[in-house]
Amino acid sequence: MELDPTETFRQEASELLDSLETVLLDLGQTPQDRDLIDAAFRALHTIKGSGAMFGFDKVAAFTHDFETAFDLIRKGKIDANHDIVTVSLSARDYIRTLIEDPDSTDPIIGEAIVEELQRLIGAGPAAAKNAAPAAETAAEPAPGNPASAGWRIEIAFEPGILRNGTNPLVLLDDLRALGPCTVEADLGAVPVLEELDPETCLITWTVTLESACSQEEIEDVFMFVRDEMKLVIAPLAAGGQSGFGLDMSMPGDAAPATATAPVVEPEAAPAPAARAAAPAPAAPAPEKAELNRRAEDKGTTTVRVQAERLDELMDRVGELVIAQARLSQIAHSGTDLAIKAIAEEIERLASGLRDSTMGVRMVPMGSLFGRFRRLVHDLSRDLGKPVDFVTVGEDTEMDKTMIERLADPLVHLIRNAIDHGIENADDRARTAKSATGRIELAARYVGAQVLVTVQDDGAGLNTARIRAKAEENGLIAPGANLSEHEIHQFLFHPGFSTAKTISALSGRGVGMDVVKRTIEAMRGTIDLTTIPGHGSSVTLRLPLTLAIIDGLLIRVGEGRYIIPLSAVEECIELTAEAEARAKGRSFLNVRGDLVPFLRLRDVFDAEGQPDPHQKVIVTSIGDTRVGLVVDQIIGSHQTVIKSLSKLHSDVTMFSGATILGDGSAALILDVAQLVTLGQSRAENDRTPEAA
Amino acid sequence: MTQAQMQGAGADAGAGLPPMGETRLQVLMVGLGNEIFAVETDMVREIIDPVPVTRVAGARAFLPALVNVRGNVIPLADLRIRFGMPKSEQTADTRIVVIEVEIDGDPVTLGLLADKVYEVTEVSTRQMQQTPRLGSHWRPEFIRFITKWDEEFVIVPDMSRILG
Repeated sequence: MELDPTETFRQEASELLDSLETVLLDLGQTPQDRDLIDAAFRALHTIKGSGAMFGFDKVAAFTHDFETAFDLIRKGKIDANHDIVTVSLSARDYIRTLIEDPDSTDPIIGEAIVEELQRLIGAGPAAAKNAAPAAETAAEPAPGNPASAGWRIEIAFEPGILRNGTNPLVLLDDLRALGPCTVEADLGAVPVLEELDPETCLITWTVTLESACSQEEIEDVFMFVRDEMKLVIAPLAAGGQSGFGLDMSMPGDAAPATATAPVVEPEAAPAPAARAAAPAPAAPAPEKAELNRRAEDKGTTTVRVQAERLDELMDRVGELVIAQARLSQIAHSGTDLAIKAIAEEIERLASGLRDSTMGVRMVPMGSLFGRFRRLVHDLSRDLGKPVDFVTVGEDTEMDKTMIERLADPLVHLIRNAIDHGIENADDRARTAKSATGRIELAARYVGAQVLVTVQDDGAGLNTARIRAKAEENGLIAPGANLSEHEIHQFLFHPGFSTAKTISALSGRGVGMDVVKRTIEAMRGTIDLTTIPGHGSSVTLRLPLTLAIIDGLLIRVGEGRYIIPLSAVEECIELTAEAEARAKGRSFLNVRGDLVPFLRLRDVFDAEGQPDPHQKVIVTSIGDTRVGLVVDQIIGSHQTVIKSLSKLHSDVTMFSGATILGDGSAALILDVAQLVTLGQSRAENDRTPEAA
Repeated sequence: MTQAQMQGAGADAGAGLPPMGETRLQVLMVGLGNEIFAVETDMVREIIDPVPVTRVAGARAFLPALVNVRGNVIPLADLRIRFGMPKSEQTADTRIVVIEVEIDGDPVTLGLLADKVYEVTEVSTRQMQQTPRLGSHWRPEFIRFITKWDEEFVIVPDMSRILG
């Protein structure tokens, strides 16, 4: 399954298409950027190459046409513009369809896209059709110049090349197959026998190949080791010195060297080598950038891992943390110092392992934000509202499952922002705003949480209209005394929509309630703020991870429970005076603030007598606080979250369960629910007082 | 349905022949209060001794607790409450039968509190009799069918419906 090369191609192509999309969108903003054009071209070229290799012929054929057209932009014959980007995006979508579901589409679509692209580029279909062969024929004579003379090839492998099974001799044999060879080995770097490491390849070779073969054929010999070697190919006729040659140690996805010239070394460019015949040598600047990028690539090597394996790893770590908790408990109840020391050591290791495992699962938000640029681009075109889409904090990292689950809610919010938030051009002109709207998607850390905000500079929420709609729907009595914030909460009501007309995008009244539910299922909160005339912003407050949290272990009656530490503000003792002052009502005076409190013994129907010294844990969600009265605070606990069974989906007070050191299960309190419960009880308390 | 037929079918199964359609069903005999019912072995994962339970406040009465079974936190169902039987104290025979049932299309693992677990046996789905006079605890919609075991009537309950 993992070794299925087709699957690997699909994955790789999918990533390439994603980066192509990003690059194209960037290109729409800075059409002159050579780096971007080259990057787009490289992505296309790799898709074409590996597509052909894995039998995706349709993909290869279409990408070839697309690439040919795009080549004109790359060679600077024409500039990219907004229309070209739009067509290129649809071409990119078409390639994706060809890869994922080739049967569902028709080649006519592809032809239409290519024609459109050619029209925009200005090359008639005929010219463009010629362009492809032209590029190839141009390739032939250039390296073909020294046809009879042959090639001088300098080969230097990276020292470690033998360890991954590459046999240089086999490659040399392959070269021999192209024609008569003279191979000279340079042993200069090989040390004396005592210091010799037989697994290190220090020999370099110079091969004189007397063959009329093309340069591509020579490159093909080294196809699989190009990243790990320095290969210099020079035609013999041009003097045979490397100075005139081409540095071919580019990564494999470099543009085809035969037809194009971005690989010409800057210092080689002025030399009128035979290669100068190649069409339009690129300016040295992108070449430099390319070299820099290559240097960066070497610094950060990455490994591609299947997501399920990471999940499995996380499960194992979860079990380890639980087992370690049991070990610690046993160690601390005994007197054996050696065992205590080991238990502490293992605790340290387990928590380190936990952190690194969670770190591995962390993905920068940028990967998610990138997806929305296309959404904004398309929506802004469809709705005729020009929009500047700004993203902030792309490197904020979150657990990958969280990021995946965040995608849909954010789509809703961004759609809303464009469709409802940003006014149409006339209205914006009337209010002296710039014609282009602005949507900012930002992420930042706040403590152990991540804040994600979607902000627009539109008209803001129409509180009066929301209120009218709520009254119409019978959600509130006419004239009820509500704060703006309370009125805005109706937007999260199922089926609530104030849109006067239902558009394809929004106004159906599904959406905000789903967004809210999704966010709450992720143990997050959602908040809406608005300034009339200046726009509104939605803030999502999310935990960093779903798998393991720091919790506070407490006891209520016989039962032990976990309160997420991120929700805990402080712990205080419920003194007899405080209780007396509360006069049976559930309020507590915390440094001058009245905080409602809940006796968890009552909430959970605990049996037995309460402990003499009850403790209050002050928890908060957003701006609201509530005190939870417990019998005992046991201590902090690394909590591996297990979700509750479907059979317990009707239980609202708990968000999950965990396994304690002694192997028994403990429930994790859903603080948001308890805060709501506490607030509503407090309301009930207030009402009789008022009466 | 005769004894001979039953034996015949049993012999067939013993000879390694494929089971005859839907007629044979391998079940686990479970005692609950004074009654015995049969749980299809297909859904039984394991049978464990009682473990400490964690009470879940606010849950439905017949799903009062959670247990940890090998690192999985699963609900513990007390069907006696579901069937309106009197509650009895835990004895040396008490076991937890871990089963997996499909509820609304999702597989759900849970523990069943059993007063006694007897044996794994085969019953015939053809041995269905007209509904005999049973303990009043059994609501008809909870019953998948009724069969006979050792001359006694036993109920094969419809777990998905009971739990759903």
